[in-house]
Order: sequence, then structure tokens, then C-alpha cells
Amino acid sequence: MSLVLIAEQILNGLQFGIMLFLMSAGLTLIFGVMGLINLAHGSLYMIGAFIAAAVASATGSFILALVAALSAAALAGAIVEMTIIRKLYNRDHLDQVLATFALILIFSEGTRWVFGSFPLYLDVPAYLQGAVTLPGGIQYPLYRITLIVFGLIIGAGLGLLITKTRIGVQIRAGENDREMVSALGVNISKLYTFVFALGAALAGLAGALVGTIQSVEVGMGEPVLILAFVVIVIGGIGSVKGALIGSILVGLTDTLGGIFLPKLFGLFMDLATATNVGSSIASMSIYILMSIVLVWRPTGLFGQKI
Amino acid sequence: MIKERQLNTFVLGLLILIPIWAYLNDEPFIITLMTRAVIFAIAAVGLNLALGIGGFISFGHAAFFGLGGYVMGILAWHSQSYVTLIEWPIIFEGTKSMPLIWIITILLSALLAAIIGMISLKTTGVYFIMITLAFAQMMYYFSTSWSAYGGEDGLSIYMRNSFPGLNTLDPIQFFIICCTILFIVLFFMGRLIKSPFGLALNASRQSRQRVEAVGFDFHKLQLTAFILSGAITGLAGALFADLNRFVSPSMFSWQLSGEFIVFIIIGGVGRLFGPVIGALIFVWLEHSIGGISDYWHIFLGLILLAIVLFGKGGIIGLVCREDTQNE
Amino acid sequence: MNEPILEAKKLCKTFGSLVAVQDVSLDINKNEIHAIIGPNGAGKSTLIAQICGSLISDEGSVFLASKNITNLSTEKRASLGIGRTFQISALAKEDSVLQNAILGAVGASGKRWGFFKPILKDTVLRDQAEHCLEMVGLKDLMNQKTATLSHGQLRLLEVAIALTLKPKVFIMDEPMAGLGSDGTKQLTKFLDKLREQAPILLVEHDMDAVFALANRITVLDYGRVIASDKASSIKKNPIVQKAYLGEG
Repeated sequence: MSLVLIAEQILNGLQFGIMLFLMSAGLTLIFGVMGLINLAHGSLYMIGAFIAAAVASATGSFILALVAALSAAALAGAIVEMTIIRKLYNRDHLDQVLATFALILIFSEGTRWVFGSFPLYLDVPAYLQGAVTLPGGIQYPLYRITLIVFGLIIGAGLGLLITKTRIGVQIRAGENDREMVSALGVNISKLYTFVFALGAALAGLAGALVGTIQSVEVGMGEPVLILAFVVIVIGGIGSVKGALIGSILVGLTDTLGGIFLPKLFGLFMDLATATNVGSSIASMSIYILMSIVLVWRPTGLFGQKI
Repeated sequence: MIKERQLNTFVLGLLILIPIWAYLNDEPFIITLMTRAVIFAIAAVGLNLALGIGGFISFGHAAFFGLGGYVMGILAWHSQSYVTLIEWPIIFEGTKSMPLIWIITILLSALLAAIIGMISLKTTGVYFIMITLAFAQMMYYFSTSWSAYGGEDGLSIYMRNSFPGLNTLDPIQFFIICCTILFIVLFFMGRLIKSPFGLALNASRQSRQRVEAVGFDFHKLQLTAFILSGAITGLAGALFADLNRFVSPSMFSWQLSGEFIVFIIIGGVGRLFGPVIGALIFVWLEHSIGGISDYWHIFLGLILLAIVLFGKGGIIGLVCREDTQNE
Repeated sequence: MNEPILEAKKLCKTFGSLVAVQDVSLDINKNEIHAIIGPNGAGKSTLIAQICGSLISDEGSVFLASKNITNLSTEKRASLGIGRTFQISALAKEDSVLQNAILGAVGASGKRWGFFKPILKDTVLRDQAEHCLEMVGLKDLMNQKTATLSHGQLRLLEVAIALTLKPKVFIMDEPMAGLGSDGTKQLTKFLDKLREQAPILLVEHDMDAVFALANRITVLDYGRVIASDKASSIKKNPIVQKAYLGEG
């Protein structure tokens, strides 16, 4: 078990976490500001990936594909918000869950209808292929490093948006007291549409970026969505900082758990059983982490006390 | 507008008459379809106790459904392969006896519900929804990686399990078994709703302070409801795996958890026969629209959206007039 | 027996930097109505919550019939004999009036964990519930959905449920709030007789009712007791008049 291998896995975990952060940040903002539980977030991730794949194969430009993914997801988000989501803000959680679950069904089958059942492929652009040599002699794929850096830049941008701009102030105020914000004359509808579209754009971007590493297929968004839920539960609903820390924790736990748990079991079991048991437990490690956090802090690490 | 009791009787009639018609007209596929609906109904009746009456939205009831399926699968597989399951403290080679499988399923599902419930019920609202979803996912991933029992490919059980005195491979006889279980579950649920526990649970959904002010332990009420709910849904899972003679990680899927909630909303949340009506309609739609279009989920989504946005109370809310409560 | 039925000793509760309740002590004896008055924000609701168990006190203790209940849960205290009515109605609005009332009878009976017998067929508990409804004049409405009741009727239902508990002490948080003058007069007469069944700790703003009913009055301001005495003395107390009564 070399240090190089460990470092590689840590980087993988970070990359996984940062991409998860793009999903969770949007989700936690939408819940924090609008009080809406949005299951359709995974569909927006999927739409981003599909649009990126389609545009990339049509134009050959990865940058164009990313821009298209972002815009398409934001547009889809805005339209869905204005037509359907808007009617859900005053409803109870069950209604929100069911309505957004219905949206998943519609989006998933709709995508399958338009693009067919076979996965699409999105390639890493030529200028991002290959590996870089990091300090310590570690060889790591250039693309993944780019993802980490890019994700952190977006995270920083999001932080600036929330802390330094007027819209950011409205977002933070809206999280604390919805009625007050509207009484102060802020155009609540526009704010909500903006937040929803922003979350959608982040999800679509994440879908496009990850689509190069994994395949682009119907249903790709939901597993990520559920992980994003775990992240938010750990980090605390409404907290972007919590989403970042939660995502990195989840990313590292999943990646490192998958490597180390089988080895741990290998200490006192035969190799075959250890691998079996180890990977089974590793697949549960994120949820075990979530349970531990919840027992300690029922509203997450940075969540507001309910 | 008819009374809810009349609608319930009508539904009971459908459950009995349709399979009889199918049997007399040699349409075993319809019988199997009805069996599927009845099993889904049992699962949803279980969920309705927690969601409809208790008021906590579990998006992870597939965890129990899948557990039931795997309990049946593991017990039956060991029995059919003559591989010992446990060697200590007693030698146990699995079983293919339905009643025994059901008892073990109910106990283990209740245990799982106790564990998940104790952790999840410390939270409320959105957190609770997400956590129950996450636990079901955990079961899903665990079962895909547990290659001893098929992993992602699942486990096939060649012969349907046995029930004393019946030929369980005969569609109508297996239907009668499942339908009888549904009737028993409905009977107990009906009594439970009117019992002190049911009254308290229903009141706790409306006002935590109220039930505490008269001496009820809120958490104990919720946890008890969750455990009962999980046990019933688990039993349905064992039946489902028996119907298909197959169990796989897909029995843990979040889509299934969502579908259980959909059954309840179509029929009417918190209503005794709501899950039954919802399951029947769902299976019928799946069969009829699914037969025409490969993309029937879009229709399901649109129907669901319409119900949520416009038709509160489901079918029962639409069709039945409001009863006085004191009957 | 001269032991107070309920005793609160030096209760304190702070929220962050806000001191809600500071060093509050009071007690209540048999056949007594002890009123708690004070301006909004004086800490009355916090105090009630500490006595009933919905808030854990930072300091101090609460005794019910000489039993220390300071660290017991709300439901435990309810089963030991605290009969509380809420300022903001805590009722199962979708259920019928009778169902709400019988819930109290069930809670008090210790038969809470029944799973099979339909509760409305339990004649003993049902009679109890109907009797308590009759005492507050709600028996005719017993089959109606609670949500259809008027505000005043909801307050009375709260009282009826508290009655079913056969508590050792009633703790009533602004039961007159929202009642018209007729309703207030009726409830005042009712509570006057009720004190013989169990003493009442009464939080109220309606000064006419308070002086008509209370044996003793404790006045709170900014979380502290500024006066605690016989009703007649409080009326004449200049500090109280300045802080509270003078505003009309």
C-alpha cells in the first residue's frame, strides 16, 4: 500500500466530493430559501449530461458543450419552476415529494423517448487528456485535477455571490425569514426562479463534467441526487458551507472506504471473503457516516436548530 | 357521493370477483396480475400506517420490502441447494415453508424497522424523508455487492415455496393465499385505527403537544407505528419474491419506495382502503397503458402531477362523502 | 394536609443572552386558584413550559405532591397529575370533539397501549369523556369535527380534556383569550367551582376574571417575581400598579 496509491485515492475522493458539492449546493439553497424538497434535481443533472453529449458530438467543442449544458439545465429549471414548482411552495412535504417524483418520471421517460435507451458518450477533450505529475511523483489524470480546481473555483464564486452581492443578501435573508423578505419589497418570485435556475445550472454542469468519466444514460441523476441528500443531511440543510464539507467527507469516505475496508478485513479473513465483506461494508460506509453524524447532531453539522 | 364503507365493499368485491372470472375463463395472467396488485396493496397498507396515520413520510419502505424478499430468497435458496445456513447453535438448512418464512420475515423486518426507526425518528420533516431514502439505498448497495446471493443479478428460486394443503404453483391458489393475508392485514389495521393506539397515533400527527399533554410518549408512538409498518411491508416483500420466484436488489430501489407512496396518494392518504385502491389502479394502468406505450411512466407522472396539484384526497376523497367520525 | 400540591422553587431559564425566567418560586394549595399575571414578555409562558415539562429548566426544581418532577418528561408529568390547557389550541382538528376528549380519558386510564378494541366502544372511557364534555357544555357537539368549532368552543374543549385527566392540578394558559363577555362569565363561574376538584394555576390577562377568581396572585416582570400575595393586597400594591395594572 504505497503512499502514491493513497494520495491518488484521496484525490479521487476529492474529485468525487467536489462534483457532489455542485449538486448539493443547489439542493441545499433551494431548500434553504424556498423550503422546497426537490427530487427532480437529478433530472437536471441528467439533462445537462445529455445536452453536453449531444452538443459535443455535433460541434466537437467541449467548451460549447459545457455552456450548452449549463444553459439548458438553467432554462429547464426556470421553466419547471415557473409552471409547476411555484404551485408547491405552500404545500406540505408529501405533496412536494410526490410532485417532484412525478417530474422525475416525466423527465426520465421523456429523455429516453428523445435520445433512446442506449447510453451516450462524452469524451474528455484532447487538451485535457493525459496525466500530470504532481509533487511526490504522483501521476494523476489531468482531467480530474481540472475538475477539482474548476469545482473549487465555482465554489468560491458561489461563496462570493452569497456573501458579497445584493442577490446574495436576498438569498441569505430569504433563508432566515421568507415573509419578511417579501414584506420588504423584494420580488420573491424572481428570487425563487433565480435560485432554482442557479441550482439547476450547477446540477447540469456537474452532469456534463462527470458525464465524461461515467456514461451518460437515463437514470444517472438519481443515485447522485440521493448522495446529495446524504451530504445535505450531514452538512445541514440550507448551509452551502455544510454542503462543501459534507461533500468532501462523503467523497473521501466512499473512495477511501472502498480501498481500506477490504484491507482491514484482510487482516483477519482470507482474501476472497475480506474483499467481499469489505466492499459490501464499504458500499454502506457513507450511510454509516450519515447515521453517526445524525445521532450526534440531528440537524447536521451546520444546520439550523429546528 | 357514496359512503366510504360502500366503496370498500365494492373494492372487496372486485378483489374476489375478478379472479373468479379469470379462473372460470382460463385467464391465469389476469390472476397473476391481481396477485401482484394484492401484494403491492399489502406493502402500501404497511406504509400507510406510518405515512397516512403517523404522518411521517418514509421514502425508504423498499428497505423492508427488499428485506422480506431476501429473507425468503436466502431461506429458500439454502433449502433448495442443500447448503447449511447456520451451524450454531442449531443446524438450520433453510426452509421452503411459507408460514415459517413469513414468521421469520415479520420478525426480521420489525427488527430492521426498529433500528432504522430509532435513528431516523430523531429527525423530522425533510431530514426524515432523506434519511429513510438513504437507508434503503444502503440496503440496495449492500445487496448488489453481496455476491454470495447473486449480487446485482439476483437470486432465482426454482420452485414456489410450499403451504400446507395447497398447490402453490396454481395461480388461483397462490392468489387466495395472498388475498387472505391482505384481508387479515386490513382487518387488523381497521381495528388498530379505532383502537387507543390508533387514536393516539392519528392525534400525534396533528398535534404532538396534545398527545404528550395526556400522557403519551410521542417517540414510543412513532417508533411502534414504524415497526408495525415495516413488518407488514416486509411480509409483502416475501410474497412478491415468491410470486416472481426471484429476488434482486431492485426490490430495494427508491423507485419502488416512491411507487408505494403513489399507491397511497391515488387511493387516499390515511384511508384504510386507500392503498388497495391505489395498487389496483396502478397495476391496471401499468398493464393497459404499458401495453400500448413503452413510455407509460410519462403518463403515470402526468397523472400523479394532476392528482397532487388538483385532486387532494385521492379516489376516496373524490368519490366518498365525509363520514362522521364516530362510527 | 398542608403540603402544597404544586411547588416551583427558584426556577431559571436563559435563552442565549436572554434571561427569560429568573429565580421564580411559587406554590399552590388545595382549593386554591393562583393566578400569574404580567406584561407580554414577562416570562409567563416560559415558566409554564418549565413547570409542565416542555422546557428543561437551567436551575431550580418543581415538585408535584411532594414528588420531584424537575427532570421528568412532559408526558410523565401529565400522567402524574398535571392537567394543562394551551394558549394556542393543541387539538386534533381533523378528529371529532368526542375523539379529542376520549384521548384524555385514555391517557389517564393507563390503557394506552390497546391495539384491538375500538376505543369508542369502551363504555367506561366514553362515559367519562362525554361527562366532561357535558360539564363544559360541549356534549351536543361531540360528533362534530373539531375544526368546525368556534374559538371559544376550542378553549372549552381544552378544558374538557384536562378534566378527563382527573389531574392533581390544572395549569391553564389564558383560557379566556378570545372568549366574548358571555363566554368569559360562564368560564369564570365554571373555574370557580372547579377549584374544589383540583387547584388551578391560572395565567391570564383578563383582570376582571383574575380578581374574581384568584386567591393569590403572582406578578412577573422581566422574568422575575415582583410581587406575590393575596389578591386583595396585589390590587393595592403600588409597584404592581405602576408596572402593569396602571396601563388599564
